[in-house]
Amino acid sequence: MAQAAIELIGINKSFGAVRANRDINLEIARGTIHGIVGENGAGKSTLMSILYGFYQADSGEIRVGGQPASIKSPNDAIALGIGMVHQHFMLVDNFTVLENVILGAESDALLKKSIAKARSELERLEREYGLEVDPDAIIEELPVGLQQRVEILKALYRGAEILILDEPTGVLTPAEADHLFRILRQLKEQGKTIVLITHKLREIMAITDTVSVMRQGTMVATRETTKTTVGELAELMVGRRVLLRVEKGEAEAVGVKLAVRNLTVKDSRGVTMVDNVSFDVRAGEIVGIAGVAGNGQSEMLEAISGIRRAVSGSVMLDGKPIDLTGAADPGELRDRGLAHVPEDRHHVGLVLAFEENENSILGYHDDPRYVKGPFLDIDAIRDDARDKISKYDIRPADCRLKTANFSGGNQQKIVLAREMEQDPGVLIVGQPTRGVDVGAIEFIHKRLIAMRDQGKAVLVVSVELDEIRSLSDRILVMFAGRIVGERGPEATEGELGLLMAGVEHREAAE
Amino acid sequence: MSTPYAKLPAWADYGLIPVINLAVAFLVAGFVVLLVGENPFRAAVVLVEGAFGRGQGIAFTLFYATTFIFSGLSVAVAAHCGLFNIGGEGQGYIAGLGIGIVCLAFDSVLPWWLTFPLAIVAAAAMGALWALIPAYLQARRGSHIVITTIMFNFIAASVMVYALVGFLKPPISMAPQTRTFLEGAQLPKLNWVIELFGAKIRSAPFNVSFLLALAMAFLVWVLIWRTRLGYEMRTYGHSSKAARYAGISETRIIIVAMMISGALAGMMALNPTMGDQHNVALEFVSGAGFVGIAVALMGRLHPVGIVLAAILFGMLYQGGAELAFEMPAISRDMIVIIQGLVILFAGALEHMFRPYVQALFASLSPRSVGIEAIKGKGA
Ligand SMILES: Nc1ncnc2c1ncn2[C@@H]1O[C@H](COP(=O)(O)OP(=O)(O)OP(=O)(O)O)[C@@H](O)[C@H]1O
Ligand SMILES: [Mg+2]
Repeated sequence: MAQAAIELIGINKSFGAVRANRDINLEIARGTIHGIVGENGAGKSTLMSILYGFYQADSGEIRVGGQPASIKSPNDAIALGIGMVHQHFMLVDNFTVLENVILGAESDALLKKSIAKARSELERLEREYGLEVDPDAIIEELPVGLQQRVEILKALYRGAEILILDEPTGVLTPAEADHLFRILRQLKEQGKTIVLITHKLREIMAITDTVSVMRQGTMVATRETTKTTVGELAELMVGRRVLLRVEKGEAEAVGVKLAVRNLTVKDSRGVTMVDNVSFDVRAGEIVGIAGVAGNGQSEMLEAISGIRRAVSGSVMLDGKPIDLTGAADPGELRDRGLAHVPEDRHHVGLVLAFEENENSILGYHDDPRYVKGPFLDIDAIRDDARDKISKYDIRPADCRLKTANFSGGNQQKIVLAREMEQDPGVLIVGQPTRGVDVGAIEFIHKRLIAMRDQGKAVLVVSVELDEIRSLSDRILVMFAGRIVGERGPEATEGELGLLMAGVEHREAAE
Repeated sequence: MSTPYAKLPAWADYGLIPVINLAVAFLVAGFVVLLVGENPFRAAVVLVEGAFGRGQGIAFTLFYATTFIFSGLSVAVAAHCGLFNIGGEGQGYIAGLGIGIVCLAFDSVLPWWLTFPLAIVAAAAMGALWALIPAYLQARRGSHIVITTIMFNFIAASVMVYALVGFLKPPISMAPQTRTFLEGAQLPKLNWVIELFGAKIRSAPFNVSFLLALAMAFLVWVLIWRTRLGYEMRTYGHSSKAARYAGISETRIIIVAMMISGALAGMMALNPTMGDQHNVALEFVSGAGFVGIAVALMGRLHPVGIVLAAILFGMLYQGGAELAFEMPAISRDMIVIIQGLVILFAGALEHMFRPYVQALFASLSPRSVGIEAIKGKGA
């Protein structure tokens, strides 16, 4: 086996009572792609944060290239050739690509000189690794896939030999993910070492050389990828057999519960994102919206839930119309029984600085169960939060913990628990399992189907085609702001893929 | 990745760091004292003794602190809603108008305990009104509240000059101030409370508005952490997107938070007018509104912290006055420098020593840096 690029020996890390990493041993060979999988809260991000110098281990040793290393800050890590692409990008939105790349690594006192130098270096990197991005583009105008490329370029520009990617594909479309993997393979060929954290076992099988499994803070197994299976990995992660596709019976759809009519939405620049869309969701069915990210699904969800003002359109909830163009108010829609799990849980669905129990009432903070007159009923709120924590197995089970300190997947569960437990008539969910582990996916899918079976109308938007196909009773495909087709759950991936690419649509238009 | 750096235990967060900041502020101030050729240790002794040494000093310290509690709370309430209200000065000043009118109208007919509630309402209403306009402009027109509240400080100053040389002034008087209030608008002193502990007080303006300040501190705590309104304010303060999602009206929450903030700023005018001078005079707020910003920052936007920080600033005011008197080389302006240093280190550079303390804690006892810290937070 090749020489180890990184060795972690006996790493321990606790946050108060939570032992996020215990006695972790891990060796990553130079020039390989090493996957790390594990349940939400297993300690993957913590381990990588220790390697990158964000946290200090309580005990243990790190060796880089065979030499013991003391990594006290990200600067130390960068000096040792370790780069990280974060789960949440760390870019300055209104800077150009070039400015972001050199930020913090300016070489001269005069910015102009650094920029000229950086530009040629950046162009070299882009050529070498097939990472094309316009150096002068403004970050906020780039799709997420390209923003991520900028993150990778940033690390390479700083001389990274070892690249850590924490759930890089969570926000990417399948095509963008494919492109990322091509880039990663190329990097590997050039001798770089890559550590990849992901919840998508398919990706592990497709791209890694070796894979390690973490569970509740410990490293439970390391396998050569060719010698393991998705089933085995899932079982190692969760400690039991996992249903990768949840069983469900026939839908018994009855009357229309949610009717969207003539919805048109423009974004802040005036570009039409949703173009005169109408559809129904009946009680007792799950309707899935498939589509490549950026085809108007996000804007549509925001408009239906009242967060974003529509240019035209309305929703009928239980036959009562609500205009979405005027002062549509998310509170009013919620009162009428429409619950919404937003795509962007970090900025929209949660207040990260709040305690967990405070987030478990966000949007329902006027509900008589949680208030006494103008006051919050703190005891009721906390009891209720504890209930949800145990029902949804949110870890750690501490309703006073700051929400930012929960792992990504557990944050998602906090939002899901809040919205599902309100017993809404209509549930709309954006990216229900983004960043969530296989065990939790099974759990969430089961709950969504249970809601359906109780006669709720469920609308799911996801960029995961697998998820849409296994959940939906009807699939609507969105392309360029329009619904371009409707299929049953038996539709093949290829068929949906063509619709999502707008192929049939274009032909029909001609 | 959530937070790059772990949390400190509560006692370090709320105790150790402020103490370090203060120590450094006094160290630098000590050098300044040394520069003008005085002994910094003696100066420190004079300062502390002036503020706390005798009953007289304590009473003055608490008198100054009273005003700062109001102005600190005012800044904190707005800050919890993500708004930077630096118009406390003007909101407090304009409240003098309300107080003046109420006191002049009723001081001859009502006892103080009836005039006082009326004056509280008038002061709060004027302060709230003065904050309403910038709030409305922010909520509806997007005019930045920092700019508009500053502008309103100037407008308040002009309005007060107009009122004090005009209708508020007795016709025969030359001074731009109201006539002296009669007993019906003079707040009773609280000096006897300090005297209970055996201290002697000749005369000091420490009065019942201190109790009002403490009551307001408690009410602000209730408001922020125990009411629906406070929850909505904090949600908006952390994330306007989350607030929109939760169905919280942006316009309403900005206006309500600013009006409460303005009302608190308005109440700070009660202490110097009804409690001390027994009139409304030009410039009676004299910067207390701005001190409130430092008090709120230093008190970490928590009412308990604000009361403590207000007492600290009260001490600087009172001890500083004593110092200027005792040590001629140290002028009034020097005192302002020292106060400025405290504001600089305790307020503006609040986070300067935090990373070092965190690194120290992490290396001493990594276990202590974690969840307990968050649990211990007094919310
Ligand atoms: N700063 C912190 N303070 C307290 N607890 C923390 C902190 N950071 C992480 N934790 C806890 O440590 C455990 C491991 O978290 P980590 O983020 O490493 O999980 P993860 O494996 O990356 O999960 P996910 O797949 O959901 O991202 C969790 O229980 C989490 O709540
Ligand atoms: Mg993680």
